[in-house]
This record gives sequence, structure tokens and C-alpha cells, in this order.
Amino acid sequence: MADASRFDERLTHRRRKGIVLGAVFFLATIFGLVVLITLLVDVVVQGSPWLSLDFISNYPSRIPERAGIKSAIVGSLWMIGLTAVVSVPLGVASAIYLEEYAPRGWIFKIIQININNLAGVPSVIYGILGLALFVRFFALGRSLLAGAFTMALLILPIIIIASQEAFRAVPQGIRESAFALGATRWQVIWSHLLPISAPSIMTGIILALSRAIGETAPLIMIGALTFIAFLPGSVMDPFTVLPIQIFNWTARPQPEFQGLAAAGIVVLLIVLFLMNLSAILLRNYFERFRPR
Amino acid sequence: MDDRMPTTTERLREEVREQEIQKQSSESPRAEGEQPARGRPVPRDKVKVEVENLDFWYGSNHALKDISLDISAHEVTAFIGPSGCGKSTLLRCLNRMNELIPGTRLEGHVRVDGRDIYENADPVMVRRRVGMVFQKPNPFPKTIYQNVIWGAIINGYRGNRDDLVERCLRQAALWDEVKDRLHTSAYGLSGGQQQRLCIARTLAVEPEVVLMDEPASALDPIATAKLEETIHQLKEEYTIVVVTHNMQQAARISDRTAFFYMGELVEIDDTEQLFTRPNKKRTEDYITGRFG
Repeated sequence: MADASRFDERLTHRRRKGIVLGAVFFLATIFGLVVLITLLVDVVVQGSPWLSLDFISNYPSRIPERAGIKSAIVGSLWMIGLTAVVSVPLGVASAIYLEEYAPRGWIFKIIQININNLAGVPSVIYGILGLALFVRFFALGRSLLAGAFTMALLILPIIIIASQEAFRAVPQGIRESAFALGATRWQVIWSHLLPISAPSIMTGIILALSRAIGETAPLIMIGALTFIAFLPGSVMDPFTVLPIQIFNWTARPQPEFQGLAAAGIVVLLIVLFLMNLSAILLRNYFERFRPR
Repeated sequence: MDDRMPTTTERLREEVREQEIQKQSSESPRAEGEQPARGRPVPRDKVKVEVENLDFWYGSNHALKDISLDISAHEVTAFIGPSGCGKSTLLRCLNRMNELIPGTRLEGHVRVDGRDIYENADPVMVRRRVGMVFQKPNPFPKTIYQNVIWGAIINGYRGNRDDLVERCLRQAALWDEVKDRLHTSAYGLSGGQQQRLCIARTLAVEPEVVLMDEPASALDPIATAKLEETIHQLKEEYTIVVVTHNMQQAARISDRTAFFYMGELVEIDDTEQLFTRPNKKRTEDYITGRFG
């Protein structure tokens, strides 16, 4: 054994320190969890008396017992549907160009930096842009179309970045052997790159859309209304979405509307949960088909 | 991301870095005016691939210096040399794969059957006539059948597909092992089988020359032996060029061998001659293991 007098092991002290710190980390985790659970329980308790089939099938009303979120849910669904139709092809196509075609130079770096930054711009700014560009300049009015275009701009950087990451994860060997067989660049992309990266891209799209469905500020900016007692009949019609309806109810003084708002939050949470769950399940399912 | 097999770009960068190191530590293999030693020349009517005064730059790095050599039809030619000598780079010049890497430049000529493959030639067509098998087996994430047939399909193959698949798998000595599971995933095969699958899919586009970049370096000895036997049988129908860092393998499988050092061709001769009575001292030093 080495000369014991040169080491001051203080084992008890060191172990105790480890235990204390371990407890601190645990408490930090617990704290976050407890807060979340408290919020969740509070919302569910407040909202569940108002959750019913009527709630989902009624329009908003000044009378709490007759109020529902039908127009809000339908508006939200329309909105993310249109947003997806606009943003997915644009986003994936941009990512294909940036990853597979664009020459690497300073222009490329500038584009890349800007896209990364745009992903972090506050959503209200996109609302202002949408108001000026789509509502006023293109004269689309306060329509679903204007809302969808605005939200598409919002989530476009997220989709581009997710798609780029997905393409980068495709092993270079696959591309090389495809080229070596006498394929054109597009054949390599269509036959191999896209199928292999599709699951990751899909996950990215679902997560981007889940963000879009919860956004309030940009849609308020472009004028999505808060008392819509009808369903949008076309893309040029005015509309409302779940978060705005919830927001509208929380602003009312009557306590019944607080309960309605809580019920609305519960519905929104369920929708978000289902979207995220499908993203996870999709990813797990396609994990098997990844090249190794 | 690729697992720890380096990408081609990384390997080429590594080659260039090694060349820099070697440049500092030893003198050039050629004195002023000294030419590579050439043994028995390839008869004019048997020349399949002709390299004439080829210079290649990777960025500002002069990776291949004034290379001239002939590849004989229906023979196996081996490129040997220490790491970083440029043998892989030269191989990739023969089917224009280096063009896929940005910042590379080539001067000189490469001709297949007398026709220049760079001037007035479509790289896609060149890569069909000159196929390539890579170091790491990289089948597509599809079935065995789809792997073999894909190259043929994208090149507009009109014949019977089942026949083509069977013929190519037989030539790659893989048919008996996979004939009952053609429509299962290629990832169910062992490493050696996957490499032979890669050979089969290269053969499916009916090339005339097959380039192999260290094809056995990722395989165990038994799979390597099978692969070497396959190469031996393939030369009846194709012209083969193999890059290998394994001298014993070169001696076993090749008819002619070219020895490279620091981007220059040092000696090229019939394999038996080069390994038993080399003309250059540098060659002798390498094959007796004094360096490399």
C-alpha cells in the first residue's frame, strides 16, 4: 500500500457531499415536475365540469352554459392543414437545395445563418409581417389564407432545419454508391435520400405543426376574431383558433368563463399530446428501416 | 452520422495530410528526370484504360503528379502504396467520382477504349461504364432484389429483371446464398455477403471496368478469401482495378501491379516481376516492409 500519510482521503466527507448534491438534483427535477402537475391538475379540475359533447359542438356564446369551441377547433384544424400544405413543400424543397445542390461558399453561409436566426424570431413579428404582407398588401383580409401563410412563414425555418438535419444523417456511402451506378443527382435524391430521411422529416413537420397550433399572437395580429359563430366556408373567410378562444374567455370577468377557458386548455392539451405521441410512434416505427 | 468508417472526403483529406507529413520527412522518390520504372508494356490492342499525364489537386494540394499508365483489359491491376500515396485518388479519377467533392481540379487525360472520359463526356454515362465498389459495404436500405436492380432501372433497362438479378448475383458468387430470400432486407446479410451484393449491383448496369477501393479491408479473412476468388472469376468478363494496402493480397489476385508513392507512380509491371525483381529501390523497400 502507498504511503498513507500523504493522502487525506476524507472519504466520509466526500461521500456526504455526493449524497447532498444528488438530493439537490433530485429536488430540482421534482420541483419542475410538481409545478407542471399542479398546473395540469388545476386546469383539469377547473375545466372538467365544462367538458361535454356540447362543449365541442357548440359555438361560442355570451351564455356560458351554451358556449362551445366548435368554431375554434374547426378553425385550428383548417389553419394547420393549410399551413402544412404551404410550408411542407417549400421547406423540404429548400432543404434539398441547400443540402444537395447549393455550392458551399459565403453566400451559402449567410443563407444558413439567416434561416437559423429566423427560427428564433418572436412569433409576434411574424404576425406584423403577415398583417402588412398578406392582409393588406395582397388584400387577403383577415382570412384563413392570410393566417395560414403567416403561420407557414413562422414554422418554415423549423422545417428547413429539421429536413437538413435529416439529410445530413443519411450516410455518404449511400449517395456515393448511387452516383457510382450512373445516377443523376435527382435520381439519387428521389430514390434514396428522400425515402431514408422521410421519417425524420415527418417528425420535424409534426413538431413544427404542434407549435403552430398553439400560437396566439401572430393570429391576433392578422385579425383572427374572437367571436365567430360560424364555420369558415372557404379559405377567404374569417376564422378563429383554439388559443385565441381560450384567451378571449380568460379575459372575461365571469367565473364560468374561467372554467370554459380551462376546458378549452384541456382540449388543446389533448390535441398537442396526440400530435407529439404520433411523432414519437412514427419515429419508433421507422427506426427499423434506418441504414446501418 | 456515418459510424466510424471515415467518409471519402475525410479519407482524402487524411491522404493529403499524410502526404504533407511524408514530404517533410523524406526526399522525393524521383530525382531530376527520373521516370517511373515500367516493365513489360501492355500491348496496344489490350489497353482498356489509359491515363496520360494526369495531375490532380485537392484544393491547393498537388495530390497526383504526372501519372501515366495503361490498364490492360480482362486483367486485374492492383494499385499499392503507403497511406496517402494517392492510389485511391487516382482510382476515383477513373470514374469521375472526385468531381462530387468541391474544390478539386484535374489536368491530363483519362481514356477508356480510346475515348476521353472528361472532355465532351457525360459523367453519368462514364460511371455506368466504369463501376465502383467501395471500402465499406453500403447496400441500400431495400431488399436484395431491389439493390441489384435499381442501377439497371434508373438507366432504363428493358430486359427481363429476374434474369438480370440472378445473373449478377451468380457472377458475384452470392446467388446460392440468397436465392431463397431475394425479397428480404439487404441488411440481413453478413459483411462479406453485403460486399458481394455491392459487386452484384455494380455489375447490373453492365460496366466494362470495375474499380474496387480496398474492397476487403472491412471483411474477415474468410469473407476476404471468397471475395478474392470472385474477383478472379470476374476478370474473364470485366477489367478490374483494385486498390489495396495489403501487399499479399495484391500479389495473390492481380496480374499487373502499380506502386505509388507520394502522388507519383514509382513502378508498374507484371505482378510477378514487381514482387520478385523490382526495378526501383523504393519499391523493394516497400514490399519488403521497410516502410509503409
